[in-house]
Amino acid sequence: MFKEIIKGMAITLRYGLSRPITVQWPEEQKPATPRHRGRHILHRYYNGLEKCIGCELCAAACPVGCIYVGPAENDPLNPVSPGERYAKRYEINLMRCIFCGYCASACPTEAITLGPQCDFANYRRERTVLTKQELLEAWPKFERSRGDMNQRGAGADQRSTGKSLNPGPSPRLAWEAQADETHEAPLPGHGGIPVNVPGVIDPSEESRA
Amino acid sequence: MKASQYLLDSGLRVGNGVAADPVLVFAVKAAIVVLGLTLAAAFLTWAERKVAGRIQLRYGPNRVGPYGLFQPIADVLKLLFKENLAPATRDKLLFLVGPSLAVGTAILAFAVIPLSAVNHGIGAGYDLHWDISHLNIGLLFILAVTSLGAYSIFLGGWSANSKYSLLGGLRSTAQLISYEMAVSFSLIGVVILTGSLDLEKIVTQQNHAWFVVMQPLAFLLYFTGALAETNRAPFDLPEAEQELVAGYHTEYSSLRFGLYFLGEYVNVITVCAIATTLFLGGWLPIVPFLSFIPGVLWFIGKVAVLILVVMWIRWTLPRLRYDRLMSLGWKVLLPLGLLNIVITGAVVAFQAA
Repeated sequence: MFKEIIKGMAITLRYGLSRPITVQWPEEQKPATPRHRGRHILHRYYNGLEKCIGCELCAAACPVGCIYVGPAENDPLNPVSPGERYAKRYEINLMRCIFCGYCASACPTEAITLGPQCDFANYRRERTVLTKQELLEAWPKFERSRGDMNQRGAGADQRSTGKSLNPGPSPRLAWEAQADETHEAPLPGHGGIPVNVPGVIDPSEESRA
Repeated sequence: MKASQYLLDSGLRVGNGVAADPVLVFAVKAAIVVLGLTLAAAFLTWAERKVAGRIQLRYGPNRVGPYGLFQPIADVLKLLFKENLAPATRDKLLFLVGPSLAVGTAILAFAVIPLSAVNHGIGAGYDLHWDISHLNIGLLFILAVTSLGAYSIFLGGWSANSKYSLLGGLRSTAQLISYEMAVSFSLIGVVILTGSLDLEKIVTQQNHAWFVVMQPLAFLLYFTGALAETNRAPFDLPEAEQELVAGYHTEYSSLRFGLYFLGEYVNVITVCAIATTLFLGGWLPIVPFLSFIPGVLWFIGKVAVLILVVMWIRWTLPRLRYDRLMSLGWKVLLPLGLLNIVITGAVVAFQAA
């Protein structure tokens, strides 16, 4: 009996003197795995148009019904997305979401994926319902949305359609080309840049609720 | 002489020759010891969690204050502000007596433990003893008072009128009966060697060699029994959380639960202090040339090391099964204790002859 006790004590002593392996979150954070299913991201095309075409397939696929999509018709002259419709409202209730990734699978344009962010704790219940502003990917020259959202996220490689919609020529490239010629900073709205891109956070509107 | 008269006399002997007011001295000493023990017990919870964490490759509490040192304060505040729930069918008086006894007996036993050598004749022939009350039957007092601690658990378990509490209380009683004998027998070896129950004399007689060298078996027996007495793993059957929810303190909440918690840790300190006094040379330094370090520090250091060992054991060994515990107490520890007494007595008798 004594031999076993001493053996056990030796093991705990060895472990007690070795380095703890705990990751001291939030000071140190391990990078999420590539297919980590965390908070959702709404993606854009390279020219800033939203990938979401407001088809509501994600809402239909969602087993817990935590997605609400409020679609609207695109203005042909100043489209938000390359399709006929775009999501005017896009809300996800994180209290209900089970992070199954079915929304990403169902999406025909790979507009929604599940990103790396996993800390959603909040003191206010209203804050756990994410709006489009919070979900939408940041885009250069515009205000960044909350958190690092420029990740591909899980579900980005689902290849659900086989081909994605053609968003057309990049207004940003045209804008930059124009800026090179005139050597002066253009105003937003010039050169085909969509001004009223929904989802861009206006700092004055950020403190909602 | 009446026992009460005796207790009074031996207590007042502190002021032998007098100059300082004995009552004041008592009060100051008692305040220091009680506050010190309570604070130490609070921070032992921190130490325990740190030890547990490191053994399990974690850090333990490290969020509140530097190295998580303010964690006990946060815990105490939490306990203070919790609702004081109690079962309606409880025994109202005994439900209160239980937790009070838990802390009371643990602190009471500390009253006779000398923290350092006597300071002779400071201030007009007054002898400063480094214990609250200098009893020449200190060891007997300790045995009597620590056994009372079992009442706190049993009364608490019984008065709550809940089956898990009752089972915990019953286990504690059975455990105490099977261990108290072994503990007492292990101490008799020391008493035979010194011929005294006075803890100060017991310590001063360890000048040449600590009693752990002469009585290694007794030390092991006492330490095992002490673990059982403090209801800590591997002998935490009365509160076995996997079997009995929380055992005897299942129905306790808020500050009453806090008292049990405090009692457990004060008990650990007391038990380790007794082991230090009897077997590890109390305030004596390891080697004579280190005697420039004050005795109190030696004492506290030794107690701290023992407490660390107790925690280390708790987070290593699994809980004993109930029947194994009983058979270990009655069939192994008790005969070994008797054997130790016989051998020690024989050796002492031969040396005297």
